Amino acid sequence: MAPETMLQEAQDKSTTKGAQTVARPKGDGVKRDSQTPSTPSKPGPGMRSDSFVFGIPQNGLEHIEREVPVSEPPPLPQNSELTYVGKPTVRYDGPAKATGKGKYTADVHLPGMLYARMVDATIPHGRIVSIDTSAAEKLPGVRAVHVIEHVYGVSELRDPKLETPSRYPIVRYAGQPIAGIAATTQQIADDAAKLVKVQYDTMPFVVERNAARSPDAPVVFPGPADAAGSAGGGGGPKDVPQKGNVHGPQRRLKGDPEKGFADADAVVEAEYFTQVQTHSALETHGFVVDWKPEEVTVYASTQGTSSVRNEFADVFKLPKSKVRVITEYMGGGFGAKFGAGNEGVVAANLSRKANAPVRLMLDRRQEHIVSNRPDSHQKLKIGAKRDGTLTAIQLTSYGTAGVGTGAGTAGPATNLYKCDNLLTEEYDVFINAGPGAAFRAPGHPQGCFAFEQAIDELAVKLKMDPLVLRDKIDESPARRVERQVILERTNWRNRREAGADSGPIKRGMGIAQSVWYRFVNMNSSCEVRVSRDGSVELMSAVQDLGTGTKTILAQIVGEEFGIPPAQVVVRIGDTRYPIGPDSGGSITAGSITPAVRNAAYQARQQLFAAVAPALGTTADNLAMQGGRVVLKNDAGKSYTLKQVTAKLPTDEISARATRAPEYSKDRLTYGGVDYVELAVDTETGRVHIEKVFGAHDCGRPINPTGVISQINGGILQGISYALFEQRIMDPKAGYMLNANLENYKILGAREVPEIEIALVENYIAQSSTDAAGIGESAGIITLAAAIGNAFYNATGVRIRKIPMTPANVLAALGKAQPEVEA
Amino acid sequence: MNKFSFVDCKTVDEALGQLNNGATVKAGGIDLLDLMKEGIVAPPKLVNIRNVDSLRGITVSKDGLHLGPLVTLSEIAAHPDIQRTYSGLSDAAGHAATPQVRNMATVGGNIMQRPRCWYFRSTDFDCRKKGTSDVCHALTGENQYHAVINNSTCAMVHPSSTAVPLLGMNATVELTSKRGKRTVAMSDFYVPPEKSLINETVVQPGELITGIFVPAPEPGTRSAYQKYGEKESFDWPIADAGIVLVMDGNRCRKAAVVMGVAAPTPIRSAAAEAVLTGKTIDEATARAAAKAAMQGATPLSQNGYKTQLFQTAIYRTVLLAAGQMQRDPSAIG
Repeated sequence: MAPETMLQEAQDKSTTKGAQTVARPKGDGVKRDSQTPSTPSKPGPGMRSDSFVFGIPQNGLEHIEREVPVSEPPPLPQNSELTYVGKPTVRYDGPAKATGKGKYTADVHLPGMLYARMVDATIPHGRIVSIDTSAAEKLPGVRAVHVIEHVYGVSELRDPKLETPSRYPIVRYAGQPIAGIAATTQQIADDAAKLVKVQYDTMPFVVERNAARSPDAPVVFPGPADAAGSAGGGGGPKDVPQKGNVHGPQRRLKGDPEKGFADADAVVEAEYFTQVQTHSALETHGFVVDWKPEEVTVYASTQGTSSVRNEFADVFKLPKSKVRVITEYMGGGFGAKFGAGNEGVVAANLSRKANAPVRLMLDRRQEHIVSNRPDSHQKLKIGAKRDGTLTAIQLTSYGTAGVGTGAGTAGPATNLYKCDNLLTEEYDVFINAGPGAAFRAPGHPQGCFAFEQAIDELAVKLKMDPLVLRDKIDESPARRVERQVILERTNWRNRREAGADSGPIKRGMGIAQSVWYRFVNMNSSCEVRVSRDGSVELMSAVQDLGTGTKTILAQIVGEEFGIPPAQVVVRIGDTRYPIGPDSGGSITAGSITPAVRNAAYQARQQLFAAVAPALGTTADNLAMQGGRVVLKNDAGKSYTLKQVTAKLPTDEISARATRAPEYSKDRLTYGGVDYVELAVDTETGRVHIEKVFGAHDCGRPINPTGVISQINGGILQGISYALFEQRIMDPKAGYMLNANLENYKILGAREVPEIEIALVENYIAQSSTDAAGIGESAGIITLAAAIGNAFYNATGVRIRKIPMTPANVLAALGKAQPEVEA
Repeated sequence: MNKFSFVDCKTVDEALGQLNNGATVKAGGIDLLDLMKEGIVAPPKLVNIRNVDSLRGITVSKDGLHLGPLVTLSEIAAHPDIQRTYSGLSDAAGHAATPQVRNMATVGGNIMQRPRCWYFRSTDFDCRKKGTSDVCHALTGENQYHAVINNSTCAMVHPSSTAVPLLGMNATVELTSKRGKRTVAMSDFYVPPEKSLINETVVQPGELITGIFVPAPEPGTRSAYQKYGEKESFDWPIADAGIVLVMDGNRCRKAAVVMGVAAPTPIRSAAAEAVLTGKTIDEATARAAAKAAMQGATPLSQNGYKTQLFQTAIYRTVLLAAGQMQRDPSAIG
């Protein structure tokens, strides 16, 4: 589904299917010209016309008329006129996290709780002949054993009849979950897991993408198979052909690429390779499930309390009203933690069987196998006129999401720049390895690594400055401002010819740009309560996966009531509260903040109405100004919030509100420009990132501290992806060799460069807050490409393969034998 | 992890008395804990020697440097006499692992680490080294971090960084058992896989390292150690070099060129040492020595780049030892 279609659906389907349909992008939407203000007309019934601040401050802000529901609060002015919104704010739960008071899923301890361990497949491909759990069951302390009947999160055959029916799922990757065991201690569960005897009938397997494309490769599936995306996206197309392990292509054609290349004055063409990256969230996947007949309570390390409730209800045929999901603190997901997952389903079955709460946390090895960002082999060709105008883009990509799909990489090539002639063909290649999943900007880091390096190569060929070329081809007003910021605040003007240094250490600089899409989930509701003592609390099922959601919600409520955000009590991450959006695709801030503001505003209006008689005035004469309640007609009279709430006739008032649909149907994107300075040691193959400057936009920034923190994180994850991380599979055994954090290498403290961030405010007049997420466009997309471009500037050599390890760098520089590309 | 008993000892005799029935010595416990968590070893009993006071302490005398085996890597790195006189050892200890690990890891444990090889360190694989199969998976499998020298039997590498300068400095190790004491030269301490796949060192069951002695260097001695890998924070070396030069002005009278992760055990390169001996140390000589060290290397399918990396490690560390180069920012740790 194209992003703009998803956006449409998000707006249309307000409640029932929203969370499922607002699947994250594969990023194959068309180019959109996002920021043309629409012409105002006479408001329809139930609507009114408001004037909103609009545009980018650097370009001069305008005002724009929008038709909005009459229940909407008045438009917010720009950030500089607000008290709490838009001001750097410390993380709401920072102290609780830093002092260990915050309770994560693995910290949940319920009376009588059991500990569980998954039993995983020890072969990469085969049929399970038998599973003998008797020895495990006899071990003292073992309370329940559950053998899996269905594996979730993987591709399924279009025609299941192609495989002989069996009581057990076919094993298609080493580490595939087979069973779960619950015991009174973790040690007993671990010991019992070793006693489970699984007899296999092994089948040939393949774990290398290139080998899997061969016509005589062992087939992972005996026929066409498709994977569904999660609430966080991922998953590939379903209506495409499949030959052997090669699923696709998903083909997209616009204009006449052949003619475009014929018309070009310059053409660049090359192949690019990216590796499999595992999510490696600090907190592994896990659940504590307490199955009781009256209600199933699920403590989940999840990015979507709603997605977990939905999948539990589906799998166990339970009414949603009997499933409660709680995520108080969350240790990272990056796209891999939606729904119940195999571990959630197993934990629930064990809890039901044992009649006791069960905790099941994956170990680090399992965490590496349960999900990943697919790899890619991309062939990319771009044609341009002498002045830079793009005449044609052609991209063919092969990528493996293991036993899943969703390895497409065409997002950046399709959506970054204006080009009338485009052909993209994306293939998924099945291998016997753990499934891919949505991972922070699915497809985009891979696609950008190729596309933004190709654009740079084009600039070299056209003898144009890479920033100037982008000024020519990029229609995004925000990125134009961001490029200007880069030009003014970095060393760009001192950029030298490629390969200018003569010694073994070579320095260079480069940039790359990102694109992401505005998605909105209408399952966004909130309740705000005000008590007579002046305390204010907000409640929503939305979760904070570590991005700072709690903080921005407190700021918004604080702004409405004139109280510091720290005084607002934020209760989120519990499906007992009004429904919240699942957090994927940078959806959270843009979706939930308008609901929170609306609820806060309505609660405040109710408060004014309830206390106005006691204050000897009318509700419409009361207003919030500078943190005090003022009488509009008597400048001398003002009250604190507490003085006002003390007049409430009841102990509490509350208001509940849902997000209004987007104010306009404009299709919006976000983006960023990231600049890198680095040094390449050409004798060790080490790439040292010395400085990163990022200029980014995300609508109205609610908490600049939080936004910058997320961009810092995205930049670091992007560097880690570009230089270090890679899943290594043994081709003969079919096992992942580095399923730990010792040999799966992630950037550490010493690899952190100097980072500077410039936020570009971009008022879009789309909601009562104008907020937007930053998770995806926060550096993860651009860094590998920006590093590649800086590497070229440093060495005069294009590096088209990541990670840029000493082995790959020395090979690119011709100082070591390259490995045969797998 | 398996269930085990834990015996806390206060004296060497007490510890020796407990070393029976498959008991394993535990000092800092860094490598041991990893091996137990991965299920590679499952000792029924851990003999904790961390509280044996007589095994602590650094003594510097005119004869040399005496290290108790429980001296931590951070204690070695912080010791001013070691920094001055045995700087290669100080470099190696100070850049191993992470600050947290260095605070716990002991020098005795550091030289007793088990080899690095992801096939050896995974219960997924039977292999020649484990004695559970005839195959060395690294020879035909994923071998980007494996040995480039002496790698035909088993291509594992030894991860100890302190062993590299200790070998170059002609250190000796004192071993104590119920039968008495013996002293072994570092050059005889490790057993290469061609000789035995079971014994990685000469330490016998029931023996305990009770001291490490480094003889006082000749006048004019300078030493250095640097290691290289994929990232600076907490990474295993892919190439490293420990260099000891006995200098007469700018001329090198004697040289030791030691490589840690080039082969299954730390090794000296006689060829590289011959290039340096008797020469004036400059970049050209250092590079020639580095090249000589990799003559005869037998890289596997994926680790050819390590020979380039070793040459860089050696030439830069020779220049560092000779005082002609600063510590390399590309070195890790």
